[in-house]
Amino acid sequence: MANLTINGKTFNVDVEPDTPLLWVIRENVGLTGTKYGCGIAQCGACTVHIDGVAMRSCGVTVSDAVGKQITTIEGLAGNGALHKVQQAWIDNDVPQCGYCQSGMIMAVAALLKEKPKPTDQDINEAITNICRCGTFQQVREAIHAVANA
Amino acid sequence: MNHMPRLDTPRLNRRAFVIGSAALGSGLAVGLDLPAGGPTVARAADGSPEVDAWVVIRPDDTVVIRIARSEMGQGSLTGLAQLVAEELECDWSKVTTEYPTPGENVARKRVWGDFSTGGSRGIRASQDYVRKGGATARMMLIQAAANEWKVQPSECTAANSVITHTPSGRTTTFGKVAEAAAKLSPPTEVKLKDPKDWKLIGKGVKRLDTADKTTGKMIYSIDVKLPGMLNAAIKQCPVFGGTLKSYDQAKIANMKGVKKVVKVGDNAIAVVADTWWHAKTALDALPIVWDEGPNAKVSSASIAKWLDEGFDPSQPVYVGNENGDVKSALASAAKKVEAVYTYPYQNHATMEPLNATALYTPDKCEVWCGTQNGEAAFAAAVEVSGLPASKCDVYKQMLGGGFGRKGNTDYVRQAVAIAKEMPGTPIKLLWSREEDMQHGAYHPVTHCKLTAGFDANNNLTALHMRISGQSILFSLRPAALVNGKDPVTFQGLNASGEAAFGYSVPNLLIEHSMRNPPVPPGFWRGVNVNHNAIYVECFMDELAHAVNQDPLEFRRKLMANNPKHLAVLNAVAEKIGWGKPAPQGIYRGLAHFMGFGSYVAGAAEISVVDGNKIKIHRIVGATDPGFAVNPAQIDRQVAGSFVYGLSGLFYGGCTVKDGRIEQANFDTYNSMRIAEMPKVESVIMPSGSGTWGGVGEPTICVAAPAVLNAYFAATGKRIRSVPLRDQNITFA
Repeated sequence: MANLTINGKTFNVDVEPDTPLLWVIRENVGLTGTKYGCGIAQCGACTVHIDGVAMRSCGVTVSDAVGKQITTIEGLAGNGALHKVQQAWIDNDVPQCGYCQSGMIMAVAALLKEKPKPTDQDINEAITNICRCGTFQQVREAIHAVANA
Repeated sequence: MNHMPRLDTPRLNRRAFVIGSAALGSGLAVGLDLPAGGPTVARAADGSPEVDAWVVIRPDDTVVIRIARSEMGQGSLTGLAQLVAEELECDWSKVTTEYPTPGENVARKRVWGDFSTGGSRGIRASQDYVRKGGATARMMLIQAAANEWKVQPSECTAANSVITHTPSGRTTTFGKVAEAAAKLSPPTEVKLKDPKDWKLIGKGVKRLDTADKTTGKMIYSIDVKLPGMLNAAIKQCPVFGGTLKSYDQAKIANMKGVKKVVKVGDNAIAVVADTWWHAKTALDALPIVWDEGPNAKVSSASIAKWLDEGFDPSQPVYVGNENGDVKSALASAAKKVEAVYTYPYQNHATMEPLNATALYTPDKCEVWCGTQNGEAAFAAAVEVSGLPASKCDVYKQMLGGGFGRKGNTDYVRQAVAIAKEMPGTPIKLLWSREEDMQHGAYHPVTHCKLTAGFDANNNLTALHMRISGQSILFSLRPAALVNGKDPVTFQGLNASGEAAFGYSVPNLLIEHSMRNPPVPPGFWRGVNVNHNAIYVECFMDELAHAVNQDPLEFRRKLMANNPKHLAVLNAVAEKIGWGKPAPQGIYRGLAHFMGFGSYVAGAAEISVVDGNKIKIHRIVGATDPGFAVNPAQIDRQVAGSFVYGLSGLFYGGCTVKDGRIEQANFDTYNSMRIAEMPKVESVIMPSGSGTWGGVGEPTICVAAPAVLNAYFAATGKRIRSVPLRDQNITFA
C-alpha cells in the first residue's frame, strides 16, 4: 500500500513498491492525461511535476513518490482557470495529435516557473520531449508568447 | 469534438445514432426496417434531427458535422468540417463534430462513403461529396423556412445559420427549422459554390479539437475505460514468420493480478491481468519458446546483398516509366554518371503505441480503437468474432499519431481474439513500445541504381533508374498489383498523374526489380516518395555538379514541360535566396517532387562542423495542393512532415539481425527534438486549377534531399544512404 498526493488529493493505492508512478497514475488512480510513450524516460509523454520538478513518471517508482506533491496535467489548471501554458497552447493552436502534449505542457510549465523568460537556448536545453507530429515550431512560439504576455 | 459514443457511458450510448419514426416517436436502431407510412427523421443520439447524413442541427442552433475520416493530428477533421460548413452557410462558432461508426455506415449503405484515412486523401477524396452534403442540408433548411412562410425558396438566403426572406426581411434560424427540414426529401440537383465565393474554405481557422488536448481530457484509445475491463500485454515471435512453440503458464499463474494466458494466432502470446503493468510484468516473466522459422538468419546484410543482385541486367523488372531508348543512348553517351543509393526500413513510432479494446459476447462484438481505417477495423472485428456484421461495431477514438501504421488491423484482430476467449469481459490490449517498434509495418527497404548519359554538349540525354526492393502492395494489397507490378513503387516517377516525374529526359527508363524480404512493409508517411525523391533529387544534384552547372539551372532546363513542378522549385529557390551569396559557412541544397496530387519543393541552409555535425539553419517547404482548405493547418503539416522525414534521415533506420528488428525503443530509434529543428518556412501556393492534392504527406520527401544536397555543397561528400546515424553524422 502506498499513500500518494496527486493534484492535492490523497490516494491510497495497493501496488508493488517498484511499480512505475506512470502506471499507478493511469491505472490505479485513473488519471489518463499522463501518457505512456516509451517506458524508459526517453520521450517525455509521461512528464508530471514531483515537488514542482518535471519528472518522467515512467522512470519513478511509486515508493519514491510517496510523501511528495505530484501534479499531473489534470491538476495544472487552478481554480477553474487554465494554466497560462494551456491557454497559450489553445491560442497558438499547438497540438496536432496531442498525445505528447500533456507531457510537453508539464515540461514547459516547469521551465517557465524556473525561467519566466527563457531564451531559445533555454528551451532547447529544457524541452527534450519527443513529438512525432512535429509541433516544435508552435511549441516554441507558444512558450515565447507566455513569456512575453 | 464529440466522441461517439461517450466512453463513460458506453452501454447507454454505444449506438450513436438512432433513427426515429416521427409517427411513432420512439427510437429504433439503424438497420432495422422502418415502419411504413409517414415521414421518417433520422436522429442523433440526443434526439436532434439529422437534416442529411452530414449535418445534425440542435434546437440551440449547434451544428454537428459528421466526419467519416479519422483525425490523427493531421487536421482533416477541421478541414472537412470547413468544407461542409462553407456550403451549409452556418455559424462556424457553433460547429462541433462527431464520428459515425463503421457499423452505421454499413447499415446505411455507406452513406458516409469511405472511412479510410491514408494517402493524404482525407480531404481531396471526399471534398466533393461532403460539400454537397452541406449544400443539400442548406437547401433543405431554406425550403423548410420557405414552406413555413409560404414563399418561394429562391427568395430566401442563408448566412451564419440564419435564413432570411429577402423581400420581407423575415428571418429564422437553422435550429428552428431543422425538425421540419429533416422531414423533406433532399433536392435532386445541388450546385456547389464557385471557389471565388468561398468564405471559410481557404481560411486558417483554428482546429476544433484542441482544448481537450491541453487538459488531459482528450480520450485516446489507450485511455478507454469500460466496467470490468481487464488489460492484456502481448509478445509476438520476434522473428518475422516464426511461431509460438510453447510456454510455461504455471510459472506466472500466481503472479499478482494475472487472470489468463491466451495464445493469439500462431505467433503470439498474451497475458491478461487486472492492470496492464501486471500483465506486462507477468509476460516478461513467462518462459516462452519460439519456433523462429525460416527467417532466423535474415540480416540487413543478407537483404542488402539480395537487393543489389536486382541490379543485374539479367533480372526481371517491371517498367514504370519509359520513353526513347535508354540503352542505346547510354551506349553512345559522351559522359556517363552512375550511383547507387539505399533507403532503410523505418518504423512509424506513433507516440501512442498500438492498442485496442474489445468486448465480445456470443451475440455482440464491439471494439474501441484508434484506427485510420474504421471500416477495415470493422471488417476485422466481424471476421475474428465470427459474428454477423449487424452484431459488430467499432468506435473510433482520437489517434495518438497514425502516419500509416494504424490503417493496418493486426492489433484490432488480436484484441478481438483475446476478448473472444473471455466473453463478457472488455479487454484492452496494449503493445509495449518495444513490441510496437519490433512488429511494425515498416517503410519498405529499397536500393536504387541510377545511370545518366550526357552528350558532348553536356546535355542530359539518358536516365536509367532501377529500383530494387520491397513492394508494399505485394504484402498488403496484392489485389492492387497490376500484372504483378506495384504501381505505387513509382510514386513521383510516373509519366503523368497524381505523382508525376518532373523532368523531361529524351531517353528515360525507370524500372523495379521487386524483392520482398520477410520484414512486413507498410504505408509510412509519404510512402514511396521518401526514397524516390532522395534517389532522383540527390542524383540530379550529382549530375549538375558532373557537368559544372548550377543545380537549380540544371533542373530548370529539364522542367520546361512541367510548369507546376517548376513553380514550387522556383518558390523555394527564391525564398532561400538561391543565387545570392549565403552567409559565411552556410551551404544550400534544394529538391522538388510530386506526390498525392501535390507539387512540393524544399530548400535548406546548413552548416557542418568537423565534417559530421550538421546544423540546419533554415529550411523552406513549398506546396501546391491545388486548393488550400486551411493554410494554417497546411503550414503545420509541412513543418510536421519535415520533422518526421528528417527524423528518418538522421535517426531512423531499422536494421535486421537474426530475423528480427534490432531497434526496440527511442534510445536506439531516436526522433528529432525541438533543439534540432529550425522553423520551417512554408510557401503555400495553391494553383486552384481544379485538382485537389493532399497535404499530410507530400512535402515529407523534399526535406531529406535538400539537406543532403546542402551537405554535399558544404563538404564535397555525397551521402547515398540513410540514416546518417550509421555514418556517424548527427546534429551539431
